[in-house]
Amino acid sequence: MRRVAKLSAACIASAALALTATACGSTSSDNDTSSGSSESGKNGVKIGIAFDVGGRGDRSFNDSAARGADKAKDEFGGEIKELTAKTADTEADREQRLSDLAQAGYNPVIGVGFAYATAMGKVAEKFPKTSFGIIDSVVDAKNVDSITFTEEQGSYLAGVAAALKTKKDHVGFIGGVDTPLIKKFEAGYVQGVKDTKPSVKVDVQYLSRGTDLSGFSSPDKGKEAAQGMLDKGADIIYTAAGSSGNGAIEAVAGSKGAWAIGVDSDQYNIPGLAKYKNSILTSMVKNVDVGVYDFIKSVHDGKPTYGVNSYSLAKDGVSLATSGGFIDDIQPKLDEAKKKIVDGTITVKTTP
Amino acid sequence: MKKLTRRIDKERLLLGLAAPLLALVAALVVTALVILATGKNPGEAFSEMGSYGIASDSQVYILNKATTYYLAGIAVAIGFRMNLFNIGVDGQYRLAAFIAAVLGGALTAPGWIAIPLIILCAMATGALWAGIAGFLKVTRGVSEVISTIMLNAIATSVIAYLLQPGKLAELDEAGTTVRTTPLPKSSYFFSIDTGPSGILWGFLFVAVIVGIAYWFVLGRTRFGFDLRTVGQSETAAAASGVSVKRMVATSMLISGAVAGLIGMPTLLNDSHTFSNDFPAGIGFTGIAIALLGRNSPIGIALGALLWGFLERTTNHLEFEGYDKEILGVIQGVIVLSVVIAYEVVRRYGLKRQQQRVGAELAAQAAATTKKQEVA
Repeated sequence: MRRVAKLSAACIASAALALTATACGSTSSDNDTSSGSSESGKNGVKIGIAFDVGGRGDRSFNDSAARGADKAKDEFGGEIKELTAKTADTEADREQRLSDLAQAGYNPVIGVGFAYATAMGKVAEKFPKTSFGIIDSVVDAKNVDSITFTEEQGSYLAGVAAALKTKKDHVGFIGGVDTPLIKKFEAGYVQGVKDTKPSVKVDVQYLSRGTDLSGFSSPDKGKEAAQGMLDKGADIIYTAAGSSGNGAIEAVAGSKGAWAIGVDSDQYNIPGLAKYKNSILTSMVKNVDVGVYDFIKSVHDGKPTYGVNSYSLAKDGVSLATSGGFIDDIQPKLDEAKKKIVDGTITVKTTP
Repeated sequence: MKKLTRRIDKERLLLGLAAPLLALVAALVVTALVILATGKNPGEAFSEMGSYGIASDSQVYILNKATTYYLAGIAVAIGFRMNLFNIGVDGQYRLAAFIAAVLGGALTAPGWIAIPLIILCAMATGALWAGIAGFLKVTRGVSEVISTIMLNAIATSVIAYLLQPGKLAELDEAGTTVRTTPLPKSSYFFSIDTGPSGILWGFLFVAVIVGIAYWFVLGRTRFGFDLRTVGQSETAAAASGVSVKRMVATSMLISGAVAGLIGMPTLLNDSHTFSNDFPAGIGFTGIAIALLGRNSPIGIALGALLWGFLERTTNHLEFEGYDKEILGVIQGVIVLSVVIAYEVVRRYGLKRQQQRVGAELAAQAAATTKKQEVA
């Protein structure tokens, strides 16, 4: 019995190998019938966009990028091709996604999120005629536009607002995962609070750490953490944690006199959070849509902006939302702080 | 008599092939129904998958992915053969890859010393981490299912604690990723550049060697025999003089050591560093693949290749406008149908065997009565 089983196994294996061998020689791109990037630009722009985990509809980061692309499409015509990352992605998957887009003639190709940085470096080299854009990271290549934001500056203003609005002299910060990016939020916020009112106590908590990225997508964890901070006496909580922030806002809304500070989008105006909007003091808005739109426009105009484009407070790349009018009374002080950051009197730290 | 054994052989072979085929067909049918339900044409989807999946760059991608998955499947299968459910492969490989990456980044030795050291370090870390569960099982009777799940969570926390700038890690150039010091160029594992198709990881050959070793040790040595015996019946093994406890401890160590290899293709051939986006969850993929391959070295290889093929082609399906969730559906359906198909085929085989034995006994009885009559 053993011999027969082994023999048949060997046969199957060699057959599989033979099958593999015969197919060698032509790559998927050779088989692809669509013509290259030459046709782009004829009827508007062909925008290829690779989203981070969550994709369109996450009410925050990805949606913001999608807004920018939608606006560009409405204005210039053309089409958008969207692909979305999975949590189990490897470098090879990200490379495949970007090169599929470039291969099919999409130009520009935009990677939403720093996870695409390494893959984009490799793919950009293979498609020198395609314009690439990366958000939240820097890729050192000739045909890549690195779109970054000074989150720490916006967070500084959020800290100023928190320090001015707290009644118990106790505020909190909840981060999704302790990545360097989220630490920029923490650093700016804490500095903003301390510069405004040194006596205010700041609690800092991260929902998950290291390779465990669940903190970006666990509203239950966000809610628990926020509840814990409220119980300890904090009355303003700033959450930078993707969709986990929804849970934090919910917890804050359940506590009288407490305020939540939103992130990335103007969360006061997000329909899904309408129930809690009267507890949202302000939001630290990161204008990813502006960055995406500007880049697509530059490609459409035939003058792509390559290199590092930092969307700072000075360029309104980050800002504090005023919806709801809850921070109108302290606006002069916020403007003053903003002016100091813009003219360089205050340098905001990027690490806590 | 000889004729009879040959007949059974053929039948067992047919039954053995029937199960995976049945599973694949069932999976295809269910997937086709799902694609139909989303309003698309499944025939087109399958032909798209086929033509994209056999392109040469897809082959390289699939072989690279399968290398990792194969090692994961073997690590899990070692436990399975012993009736041990090592769910902790996931934590074992992540911790092993992390520690090995730290060591590799710190080493300045030439490659022929550094690479074996990195691999050995990973295997030792994986074995130690799995050994904790083995030790608990042997001394305190703690179920390895529970302890390895918990050890997964602990591994995540240990890595999170140590993977911080200033501890065992640093920030990358862009300042967005925390990672260990990258390995020096001399510590890269060899790879084969196939030109436009991409780079084939040399670790594929290590995976093949591991597969051969697995087949040899389990099928051709006393140790392997003991291990399979314990897996089939602990009491029978103990009665024949096998120390069950020692076998549990050793097989857990070996499973962990192989688990330590899972991260190596990625570390030595691709990323060259351990960062917070190092692929996670492959230990669980390994469970599915070991189930699919029925713990046989060749079966696991086919399972790993199938998994790689599915991932490659469904990534492309998303590009063609199909829903990206199709991948999860296909994978889930395949595992389910494999489990069910094997059970169905096993029962069918058992029934046939019983019938045959019954028929033989009846024939024998008839023969003896005839003889008696004659006498």
